[in-house]
Amino acid sequence: MSVTPTPPQRLPTDWKSDAMRKRIAGRYAAERRFKYAGLFAVLLSASFLAFLLVTMMGNGLRGFTRTEIALKIDFPASPLLLDPAAITDESLNQANLPMVTDTVAKKLLGADADTLLSPTAWVSIRDAIKADPKILSRTETISVPASTGLDLAAKGQGSPEMEAAVARLKQQDVLSTGFNTSFLTASDGTDPTQVGIWGAFKGSLLTMIVTLVLSFPIGVATALYLEEYARKSWWTDIIEVSINNLAAVPSIIFGLLGLSIFLNLAHLPRSAALVGGMTLALMTMPVIVIAGRNAIKSVPPSIRDAALGIGASPVQVVFQHVLPLALPGILTGTIIGMARALGETAPLLMIGMRAFIATPPGGITDPATVLPVQIFLWSDEVSKGFVEKTSAAIIVLLAFLLAMNGLAIYLRNKFETRW
Amino acid sequence: MTPMTEEQINLTIDNPKMSARDVKVFYGEKQAIKGVSIDVGMDHVTAFIGPSGCGKSTFLRTLNRMNDTVASARVEGEITLDGENIYAPSMDVVQLRARVGMVFQKPNPFPKSIYENIAYGPRIHGLAAGKADMDVIVEKSLRRAGLWEEVKDRLHDSGTALSGGQQQRLCIGRAIAVEPEVILMDEPCSALDPIATAKIEELIHELRGRYAIVIVTHNMQQAARVSQRTAFFHLGDLVEYGVTSDIFTNPRQERTKDYITGRYG
Repeated sequence: MSVTPTPPQRLPTDWKSDAMRKRIAGRYAAERRFKYAGLFAVLLSASFLAFLLVTMMGNGLRGFTRTEIALKIDFPASPLLLDPAAITDESLNQANLPMVTDTVAKKLLGADADTLLSPTAWVSIRDAIKADPKILSRTETISVPASTGLDLAAKGQGSPEMEAAVARLKQQDVLSTGFNTSFLTASDGTDPTQVGIWGAFKGSLLTMIVTLVLSFPIGVATALYLEEYARKSWWTDIIEVSINNLAAVPSIIFGLLGLSIFLNLAHLPRSAALVGGMTLALMTMPVIVIAGRNAIKSVPPSIRDAALGIGASPVQVVFQHVLPLALPGILTGTIIGMARALGETAPLLMIGMRAFIATPPGGITDPATVLPVQIFLWSDEVSKGFVEKTSAAIIVLLAFLLAMNGLAIYLRNKFETRW
Repeated sequence: MTPMTEEQINLTIDNPKMSARDVKVFYGEKQAIKGVSIDVGMDHVTAFIGPSGCGKSTFLRTLNRMNDTVASARVEGEITLDGENIYAPSMDVVQLRARVGMVFQKPNPFPKSIYENIAYGPRIHGLAAGKADMDVIVEKSLRRAGLWEEVKDRLHDSGTALSGGQQQRLCIGRAIAVEPEVILMDEPCSALDPIATAKIEELIHELRGRYAIVIVTHNMQQAARVSQRTAFFHLGDLVEYGVTSDIFTNPRQERTKDYITGRYG
């Protein structure tokens, strides 16, 4: 028998000592400090967000309105040579409407009329005639868009001459401000009063559809294979590391990849939503794979056991139990990836989606541009009228993003299983 | 490793439902089961007892090839169901698991309705001829699992909303629904309170004779209460196997005696 050594003697703990009190006080202080630091961080980010939204709205909301001038045109007296009974696109084109508009406007508004009206004001007159040829035989008031300078002056940001013109036109009571529907229905243009977001919006939509259709099935299948079927080996380790790396690769590199493979090698149409979507799918897929694997991993093994234990085959286990339970997580990851793709500009510049495209794309192979690229292009324009258009486009992009995130939350709640 | 004596393997049952001969299980390099031979009969409940890590659960999971899901696991020896080797290439593992059902330690109902939990097995095996037939299967299975009276009015509520004991009976009902021949239970009461445990034990009594039942338990009283045959495992060996009352009152092996008297475990 060995003798147990006597344990070293210690005084019993004094829970009421000063040192102990101080330690407790210090602990509470640390907790308070941490709380305030967190609160400060939240407030700081909230104020940044508020600043962003306020400036965006302040600039952008004006982009949704436009100043219009009411022209009271006496068509029979005008130099317009058109037969009301035979209005066709061709006859309208041959009628030299721009010059007629100019003449009429000069008569109505004064010699400086061409600086007051948008260069494309005649389009409104053409559309009015096309809609109702009968107006050619009477005097009709048609609202046409004002020039950028006048538009800015009416909104309080113009030059002194234009301010004076605004005051004069206001006296004539021909100036009005209306919701700029053409901003939502038109495409890119050279004149800021005539540009619209529809072309870019549709381009974004088509690109996103291509991205989703390609990256979701491939991403989910990859995640399922790696989690459920692949045996763990150095080979799967390499795949895993590669996928994690791919998710972190700068997007411009995917653009170069798309350029060299899809355009130079495969000769797919340049500037098209198809190629944009394929390039962004390359970028989104790793995000979906990673989110999908995590979601699949978090399905409790007991559910797999339960299904296997009553004789479900591995495919039945995967598709009837694992996948439905992992779906909310997969969807969340997918939407995050898609939101990132929606805001992506750089890779799309590489594959030529920065072209000036004045007509909305009809399909995925037509030349198109997307919202962020459109914003980028407009922010580069010299004309001052593009500033508010840029902000307005940003608001549209943010609304698009918000709608996507809202969809994600809705889907997640819908598929979420309550345990 | 204690060599088996004639006495220990004097467990031949006239008409064994399942029998194992010299079964060895390896996890990678580590041997978890060191040559177990045992017969499981149709008419009794067989209990596997033993201290933690003795291999009783591992052995149970070889009986319906649930160990197949563990990549590193390797099984040697022969296990037969009605004389047919279940590890033979001709054996379809999906059908095997339908014939040899399993109830797990932690109640694991699917996050679906009570009805769907029961109906899932019959559906994937194509056992029901239409909706009415499925209703019959669900009611019959829930009645056998002793759960029908408690849930008949809320069959379409989630199975996970039930209490722990009810969930475990639901899992038993789910196993019964595919008409298995053998039911393996892996410590089915270890996550339950005493009242729920008593209900499960009662249920096991009622199910005896209809199915061959094998239950793993670390609760010796439970083994004594529910089983007619008891096998004592220690460190991967089957130390002793016999009639339950004999094992508890008159163990032949020193190790069995030490365990059931609480010397270790």
